[in-house]
Amino acid sequence: MKRSGRIAFFLLSVTGFFAVYLWGLLGLSPFGHYPGPYGDVINKVAVYERHATDVVSAVNFDYRAFDTLGEEFILFISVVGATLLLRRQKGETEDGGAEDETPERNAPSPSDAARAFTLALIGPLVLFGLYIVSHGQLTPGGGFQGGVILATAPLLIYLAGDFETFKKVTSHTLMEVAEALGAGGFLLIGFLGLILGGHYLQNVLPLGKTGEVNSSGVILAISLATGLEVAAGFVLLLYGFLEQTLEIRLKGGGR
Amino acid sequence: MMHFLSFFPYAVAAWLFVMGLYGVVTSRNFVHLIMCLAVLQSSTYVLLLSIGYRWGAVAPVFAGPPVVGTPAVDPVVQALMLTDIVVEATVVALLLALAVQLHKNTRTLNPDELEALEG
Repeated sequence: MKRSGRIAFFLLSVTGFFAVYLWGLLGLSPFGHYPGPYGDVINKVAVYERHATDVVSAVNFDYRAFDTLGEEFILFISVVGATLLLRRQKGETEDGGAEDETPERNAPSPSDAARAFTLALIGPLVLFGLYIVSHGQLTPGGGFQGGVILATAPLLIYLAGDFETFKKVTSHTLMEVAEALGAGGFLLIGFLGLILGGHYLQNVLPLGKTGEVNSSGVILAISLATGLEVAAGFVLLLYGFLEQTLEIRLKGGGR
Repeated sequence: MMHFLSFFPYAVAAWLFVMGLYGVVTSRNFVHLIMCLAVLQSSTYVLLLSIGYRWGAVAPVFAGPPVVGTPAVDPVVQALMLTDIVVEATVVALLLALAVQLHKNTRTLNPDELEALEG
């Protein structure tokens, strides 16, 4: 489609969008006056029913866990897809990080300050990531948020060193296994409910004492599985993109 | 003030959506296009959060000492927004991977320079 035609189509669509959007807004309560009732009901019952003080996590990993299972597999499939797209294609070689033919375009190696700072950050970041993953049922956080934080640790290693060090620290096979374990773990935790005579993804594990780390039953278990999957998945994405940019070359020297 | 604020977040959501869409439609570079798509999708965060917001309410986290009588905002839309962010991040990753392969095969990232699909 030509550019002008595309913009005309855009303007037409936006007009249509605004008409429908305004129509929809008319049925919505004004900002700041949430009418309920679902949020209020869950806010009232979640702490007593599930012993989880972060209701958002309780919704994600318990009340609405089946949806989150789908979301988890969206993540899984797109990591698999991206890895597949970024693999070495026919007619490409991996030069194993050999020097480029244009040395003046090589990135300078990181300065000592950058190296010291990023390396010092890795420990606290891993700890923070684990804390966020394991405390999702108590305070804001959970598997998704903590997993992303955990995945930044290998990225810092890359920033402080080079891709070779990154590859040594994160084994591709190990990350694949970890991602599969995380995704499969979530799936299997759901079966606990069926085995114990309830429903799929029912919260059947002991709920523990409200406010303690090992409380809230399957919410904690699913959060840990999700954290593993998200962290491994994002490391796989980083791996794919870094390998693609730094190592994979067209045969004959082109990029 | 009340009148202005009672629909302002919904207007922000619409603005982000339209600007993101405008960027997608007129983009001359696929990486730029993907970022515009991310802007477009961020409109849904604003919309979801504003639907569940309530003046003077606390966050739906009851880890501290009990807050008697203070209402909390809706946790359901917040949970939904988390899903939204995850989907956005993965979609962006997948599209960027496609853009990398596209550039390798066609030597261009400009949507206008692409010819019809080849087998």
